[in-house]
Amino acid sequence: MSPATLSPIAEVVPFPFSEFLIPAIFLAFFSTTVAGAIIAVGAQSIIRSVCGLALTCLGLAGLYYFLNSPFLALMELLIYVGAVCVTIIFAVMLAEPEEPAPETKRSRNWLGAVGAAVVSASIFWSLARLGAVGDWPVLAVNQASGSVETIGIALLTTYSMAFEVISLVLLVAILGAIAIARTGRHHSS
Amino acid sequence: MKTQLDLLLTLHTQPAPYLVIAAFLLAVGLYGMIRRRTLVGMLISGELIFAAASLNFMAVNRFFAPEPAIGLIVVLFIMGLAAAEVAIALSIVIAVYRNYGSIKSRELADLKR
Repeated sequence: MSPATLSPIAEVVPFPFSEFLIPAIFLAFFSTTVAGAIIAVGAQSIIRSVCGLALTCLGLAGLYYFLNSPFLALMELLIYVGAVCVTIIFAVMLAEPEEPAPETKRSRNWLGAVGAAVVSASIFWSLARLGAVGDWPVLAVNQASGSVETIGIALLTTYSMAFEVISLVLLVAILGAIAIARTGRHHSS
Repeated sequence: MKTQLDLLLTLHTQPAPYLVIAAFLLAVGLYGMIRRRTLVGMLISGELIFAAASLNFMAVNRFFAPEPAIGLIVVLFIMGLAAAEVAIALSIVIAVYRNYGSIKSRELADLKR
């Protein structure tokens, strides 16, 4: 008789519906991303639109977690929800908070909406079809953990030049933002 | 019915939903870029397009390119560029609002005021 049959916990009863838990969380993040994107584009006031962007970034962080990179999920939350959305809200408070009412020329407005919907729907249809049923190469799934150690080594060896360049880009962006927002070009009078 | 349930339960291990939602974010961002009438709204749509590109890089790296960290690095660089873009664009928005008194994209027709 083998030891396994003698084990007192031979029949482990799983938690009910435990196999549905991970797909449910995935679908929740998926629908959060979709709903946030729709709110970000469709809302009338800009503040609601920023909130939709934050919701999209929350869902994206969850999707990054499912893609084996919890560090990137954390960065998405910190940078987008914590920095970008708050900065946009600051700018909205300094400028005007309300999306202007649609113009009175109704026919052109309607025509523009239909044109934009056709363009974006055709792009979505073609790209989604390419992604869903396209002839993608079947390779070994990348099981890299996406750990901070891997990122650090890659940033300091292979991609060190790009790392330095992006720090320079951020420095120039900060200086340019200060220079434009404080006085404006040729606005010294 | 059984196979459909299995497909739904293993959806997070398939590349298709990630690519589809990236295409959706790109399409929604383009729609907003066309339809929005203020600079801040167009900036938010641009952020959605950045998010679509990031998710696409991550999904392709996870499923089709067995390099361990390239997708992560690219997405971190995209985040840095997006942050720089937001800083510059918002300072331009504030400067435009100071000069024109409005951030509606339709009224910004003069080169100099």
